[in-house]
Amino acid sequence: MGETADQIFVIVQHWLVGHAPAALRSTLSPLLSVVAILGVFALLFAVTTVLERKGLGRIQNRYGPNRVGPFGFLQPIADGIKSLTKEDIVPQAADKAVHFLAPVVLVLAAFSLYAVLPIGRNMVLANLDAGVLFFFAVSSVMELTIFMAGWSSRNKYSLLGAMRAIAQMISYEVPLILASVTVIMAAGSLSTVTIVERQAGYIGILPHWFVFTPWGFAGFVIFMIAATAESNRSPFDLPEGESEIIAGYYTEYSGFKFALFFLGEYLGMFAISGLGITLFLGGWGAPLSFLTWVPSYLWFFSKLLTMIVVFIWVRGTLPRLRMDQLMNFAWRFMLPMALLNLVTAGTWHFLPQGVLRWIVCGLLVIVPYVLLGRGLMQGWKLEKRVYRFAE
Amino acid sequence: MLLTIFAMLTVAGAVAAMSLRSLVHSVLALTVAFAGLAAVYLQLGAQFVGLAQILVYVGAVAILIVFAVLLTRDTGATPRASISHSWMGSGVAVLAIFGTLAWAIHHSAASQRTAVSEPAASMQQIGNALMLQFALPLEIIGLLLTAALIGAVTIAVREKKEAR
Repeated sequence: MGETADQIFVIVQHWLVGHAPAALRSTLSPLLSVVAILGVFALLFAVTTVLERKGLGRIQNRYGPNRVGPFGFLQPIADGIKSLTKEDIVPQAADKAVHFLAPVVLVLAAFSLYAVLPIGRNMVLANLDAGVLFFFAVSSVMELTIFMAGWSSRNKYSLLGAMRAIAQMISYEVPLILASVTVIMAAGSLSTVTIVERQAGYIGILPHWFVFTPWGFAGFVIFMIAATAESNRSPFDLPEGESEIIAGYYTEYSGFKFALFFLGEYLGMFAISGLGITLFLGGWGAPLSFLTWVPSYLWFFSKLLTMIVVFIWVRGTLPRLRMDQLMNFAWRFMLPMALLNLVTAGTWHFLPQGVLRWIVCGLLVIVPYVLLGRGLMQGWKLEKRVYRFAE
Repeated sequence: MLLTIFAMLTVAGAVAAMSLRSLVHSVLALTVAFAGLAAVYLQLGAQFVGLAQILVYVGAVAILIVFAVLLTRDTGATPRASISHSWMGSGVAVLAIFGTLAWAIHHSAASQRTAVSEPAASMQQIGNALMLQFALPLEIIGLLLTAALIGAVTIAVREKKEAR
């Protein structure tokens, strides 16, 4: 019974494909998975928009949207109708072809990222040998679409926002990839399915996910910070900050193209959270050994929802980073930490199991963190703020 | 068949990169050519090379070219003539080179081979080869990249000091 519930979607897919003639089967099976991915993650996008607005509202001591449907949860439908019926304004001097293609290519790239994420047991669209490499390759296509959007609008604010966004994304790609390399080293493979399988199994009742090791924890934190920067989420959303640069690289987009940019950005956020879950949080594995009867895809989605909630929480809490602070953070703090994390992961692998391993690797993570943090804050003095004209 | 389509996409992208008037359009067409080449690699079964092609060329080289174009010249409305004045002479030269190359390839050993078996270069083997057999080239490439990074930082630092 547990087995059936776990594999229900795979069983349904096989049943549906079985009805087709044999020649079409090899195209029908991935096509069904693609339709399922499109449907599920678009629905998750709709739920996240309302969750974000309600969550941010509560953090800011106000209600979020509460008119459409019970507690405002049908708001995405209203948003969808609004964005479909708005006039599509394209600036006269804009580069028409590139202006049109930018959101399309963004959504295309964002959806392709889900091909290598294992959503449940036996539920991955493409079990590539180099799955993680595919993920990073396609996410670097998304950076180019942001440039296309910013350039084609022929607007100084858009161009500035696009250049800032690209600089930010390529800076944070380095700690992101280095943090993933530690996991690849530990798992011995670039395939996402293999990485999840390596984290299966339990010691007592606790799982041995990679996040429960010193290097895994540091790697997870680095990965999530870099993921926030990659998706241009607050506190790294200077390129698209509403109060800074109007709307950055999507100033000149209205109506459905704006909605497509929104969709592409959120899909990128989900995908990179999904990768973080796959690499560090054990993918579709249950957190405690007596909970394995719950279907695997439910675990994946509950972990994904938890990370989305944390993203929304961080957005509502932390102030925005300035561009130079952002770049300093990436190159002078995150990159050395990520490199040291590599050393820690290697040390973990070669030391014998036991308390010594934990102590050495824990020190290798904590001591540089404290020293580097102190060292980089040397010139700053945190003192009580004095207002010139308000005293 | 799929290989032909991807190859034609690559060639179309490259031709568009040469002949489009706006520089940024040429850069984007070049990116399409890179992507087409990556699709060709993937179609031939070279997973690592295909994905590395996307990661390096589309993800890094295209962005580098884009930054270079943006930061150095005014590309907006300067239309260039897309067909040069000496098209006949250069066309003859191009056809001659193409004919020579085609003849040379046709008569070489590479075209006489029958279909080769699937190359077994998996990710593990590439990794092993890089670390064991080709460790020296790997270290030299690392040294080269470090020199490039240090050079970039040195130039940027000096510019900031001059600006002060």
